[in-house]
Amino acid sequence: MKLVKSIVRPNKVDDVRDALEKLSIPGMTVTEVRGHGRQKGHTAIYRGKEYNVSLLPKVEIEVVVSDDVVDEVIAAIVTAARTGEIGDGRVFVLPVEHGYNIRTGERDMV
Amino acid sequence: MRPMTHTLPLRRLIRSGTFAALAVLACPALALAQTPAPPALDSGDTAWMLISTALVLLMTPALAFFYGGLVRSKNALNTMMMSFISLGFVGVAWAFVGYSLALSPGTSWLGGLSLAFLHGVGLDPTGAIIPLTIPHVLYMCFQATFCIITAALISGAIVERMRFVPYLVFITIWSVVVYAPVAHWVWGGGWLAQMGALDFAGGTVVHVNAGIAALVAALCVGPRRDFKKSGLLPHNVPFVLLGAGLLWFGWFGFNSGSALASNGSAGLAFSTTMLAPAGTLVVWTLLDIMRSGKPTAVGAATGIVVGLVAVTPAAGFISPMNAILLGAIAAVPSYFGLIIRARTSLDDSLDVVAAHGVGGTVGALLTGVFAEKSFNGVADGLLYGNPHQFLVQVVAVLAAIVYSGVVSFILLKIIGAIMPLHASADDESEGLDTSMHGEEAYVHTGGSTMIG
Repeated sequence: MKLVKSIVRPNKVDDVRDALEKLSIPGMTVTEVRGHGRQKGHTAIYRGKEYNVSLLPKVEIEVVVSDDVVDEVIAAIVTAARTGEIGDGRVFVLPVEHGYNIRTGERDMV
Repeated sequence: MRPMTHTLPLRRLIRSGTFAALAVLACPALALAQTPAPPALDSGDTAWMLISTALVLLMTPALAFFYGGLVRSKNALNTMMMSFISLGFVGVAWAFVGYSLALSPGTSWLGGLSLAFLHGVGLDPTGAIIPLTIPHVLYMCFQATFCIITAALISGAIVERMRFVPYLVFITIWSVVVYAPVAHWVWGGGWLAQMGALDFAGGTVVHVNAGIAALVAALCVGPRRDFKKSGLLPHNVPFVLLGAGLLWFGWFGFNSGSALASNGSAGLAFSTTMLAPAGTLVVWTLLDIMRSGKPTAVGAATGIVVGLVAVTPAAGFISPMNAILLGAIAAVPSYFGLIIRARTSLDDSLDVVAAHGVGGTVGALLTGVFAEKSFNGVADGLLYGNPHQFLVQVVAVLAAIVYSGVVSFILLKIIGAIMPLHASADDESEGLDTSMHGEEAYVHTGGSTMIG
């Protein structure tokens, strides 16, 4: 079981969700985040002073998937979220020990 | 207290040949004196009009909150700025030439330039297109606030993707070449006034006019790139309710200030402005409940605005009970107009057409139905035995639709040939707050460094 954590552009969330739905991934967790990588941010002006806003809004999408589909999931996310410009984001894959369904208390079988 | 029967809305009287007669009535000394004395300034009227003007001015920031709450947070400032900026650019254009072209003597199609740059617009109640009991300069300001909000109304159709500079150019020129002539037709003694069209506070001049310009602007600028793809949800519904509340508050100045006096006509307009939106709000809520089982807050705010729009042309012409009826009827076409629009490919983002175009048209037509001479002293409508009035109202609405539609289209095509109207894909997706203004509505603390 793997946790696939993607940080994508806010306007790509819907595309990623659609791509994951096509793979029958049952759920996802989405968080609005701020951060920066190589993307430089933008310049803002408040009261005559210029600021460099380096932490830009991104969206983090987390899905937990079984090992046999993880490559397919990553490929789908990368295809859906890519624009080719700096600032497209990152995908991280982490191992997951167990998962439990809170309603039933059962251990996940994925 | 001045003896008042049913005070005639001064604006309206210019249409008939009773202009001179009214001046005599308003100032009996005029008939006797060899050298005509200027009409007397009335302190009660002046006090009310000072307040009314400030109330109407507040409607433009109120509109900014109404529209600003309806867009996504990345476009909140840009949307609010589209209303606020009108206070500056359109306000200045009005003082330079707009006022004169709208409300100075000219042809029946357009005013002249005799009052351009406020030449001769003084502290006395003289020199205006109609007899006044308030300072001429105050009358000019009151009318300015109307022009400012009318131009700002258009922005609702093109938010979240129109570039800011072409928008600025558009509304500034629009206020001179579209608003001023239409205002002249109705309030400046132009051809619609001569025909006897009833428009108390601007159903045709303001709402039909802005609604059609909005439709044309939405078509010329084109839809948002993510229109119909992602959920384009309001980011702050409390702002929408705040805006609707402040609009209603300001609208008392808009409608009952249009009596241009502190009198019975103003009182009547106040009561209809109170009651018509109440009627709309009730019907709108019931429609919401019947349709989905849930009365929505955005729906309530929209219903209030539709009621206010619809009663605007009728405010000083109909009875308070008929105002409830007018508001109730007006809810239906706008409610379903909104639903139908959502199924089309027209990205009139904040439904200016359904609220102002449809609501304004319904209001203007119903004015020709419910007008009651025993209340307004001017004319009866269809319901009171004068079907001709209804036809006159139809002509006035059609004239505004055709003129505003055609000229707004030409204007946008010219501006579009000089500079792109639509924001680039990157700017649009980043949000217009940072890409157009270099600011964010909701600033994230940390991660920002000062330059220099």
